[in-house]
Amino acid sequence: MRETEDEWTGLMRSAISGDSAAYHRLLKAVTPVLRAAARRGLARAGQPVDQSEDIVQDILLAVHLKRHTWDVRAPFAPWLFAIARNKLIDALRRRGRRIFVNIDDFAETLPGEAVAETASAGEVAAQLQSLPPRQRDVLQAIAVDSASIKDTAAKFAMSEGAVRVALHRGLASLTAKLRGQ
Amino acid sequence: MDTDQLIRTLAADNSSRARPVGFALMLALLAAAPVSLLMFFTELGVRPDVMIAMRNPFFDLKFAVTLALAISAIAVSLHLSRPEASLRGWGWLLLIPAGILTAGIAGEMMMPQRLPMMTRLVGSNSRVCMTAIPLMSLPILAGALIGLRHGAPARPAVAGAIAGLLSAGLAATLYASHCTDDSPLFVATWYTVSAALVTAIGALAGSKLLRF
Repeated sequence: MRETEDEWTGLMRSAISGDSAAYHRLLKAVTPVLRAAARRGLARAGQPVDQSEDIVQDILLAVHLKRHTWDVRAPFAPWLFAIARNKLIDALRRRGRRIFVNIDDFAETLPGEAVAETASAGEVAAQLQSLPPRQRDVLQAIAVDSASIKDTAAKFAMSEGAVRVALHRGLASLTAKLRGQ
Repeated sequence: MDTDQLIRTLAADNSSRARPVGFALMLALLAAAPVSLLMFFTELGVRPDVMIAMRNPFFDLKFAVTLALAISAIAVSLHLSRPEASLRGWGWLLLIPAGILTAGIAGEMMMPQRLPMMTRLVGSNSRVCMTAIPLMSLPILAGALIGLRHGAPARPAVAGAIAGLLSAGLAATLYASHCTDDSPLFVATWYTVSAALVTAIGALAGSKLLRF
C-alpha cells in the first residue's frame, strides 16, 4: 500500500514536469481504486452500482483540472482521495442521498482490488454533444479516434496550439456542465 | 466515451498548466481593489485630521487589527484551496487580529479616559461603519471568490466564509482611515458586526461558487 502510494506520487511528479506517458500510467493505475470506491459508495447509498463509471470519469476530470492544487512535496494519495471523496459525495447528493463518505473507503481499496469495468459512462458522452463544435470535434478526434494532437491539427486545418487550447477548454466546459446538471 | 478514452484525452492535455491559486487570487484582488477604492474616495475619504490621528496609538491599532485579519485570512484561504486541507493547524491564525484587539482594549482600560466606556463603544459612526465596510467589501469579495475558484476547497462554504473575512479585513482597513472612532471597544463591536455580515455572505456565495 505504501509502495503503491509512493509510486503514484513519483508518477504525478513526472507528469507535472511534462511526462505525459507517466500521467497516462498514473490515471490508469488509480482508476480501479476509484471505481471500487465509487461502487462501494453507491452500494451503501442503495444506488445501482452500474453508475459508478460516471463518478469515476467525474473524479478523473476534477483530478486533471485541479492538479495544480497538489503540492509536489506532499504525497499524492491523500490529495487524490480528497478530490474523489468530494466528487462521490456530490454525485450521491445529486442522486438524492446525503451520505457520509469515509476517506477510508479509498484507502481500503489501495492494494489494487481489481474491479471489472461494467457499464460505460453516459454522462460525459452526453455532455460532449452540447459542446461548441470545434471543441467537440477535437475532443472526439483525440478520445474516440485516438488521434494525436498533430494529426488532429492536420485533420481540422488548425495549428497544434489551437488544438491544445480547444482540447483544454473542451475538458473544462465538460466539467462545468457536469457540475451544473 | 469510455474511461480509457477519457484517460487518453486527459493525458493528451498534460501540457496545459493552470496558474497557482495564490497568483489567481492576487490578480483578482488587484482587479477588484480599484472599485472599493473608488467607493471609498467618492463617498468617504480619509479623515481630515489624519496627520494628528496617526500620533494616537489607538488609531494605528485599528490598522494592525484589520490588516492582521486580512493577511491571516488570505493565508488560510490559500491553504483551504487544497482539497485535503482543513482548518486544523491553521484556524488559530484568525485569532491573531482578535488577540491584538483584546490587547488594545486592555491597554485602553488602563489609561485614564475622558469619555465613559459605553460612549466610546457606541461611538458616533456605528451606522456608517456597518454600511461602509460591507459595501466596500463586496467588490473585494467578488474578486476573492473568482480567484479562489481556481482552487479545490473540500468545504466551499468555509472557504467562502474565509474569503468574506479577507474582504472585510481589507475594506475595514480603508474605512479605519475615515472613521474618527478610535476606541478598540468601538472596533471590537461595530467592525466585528460588519465583518460577521460579510463572512455570512461569503459563506453563502462560497457554497455555490467554490464547488469544483
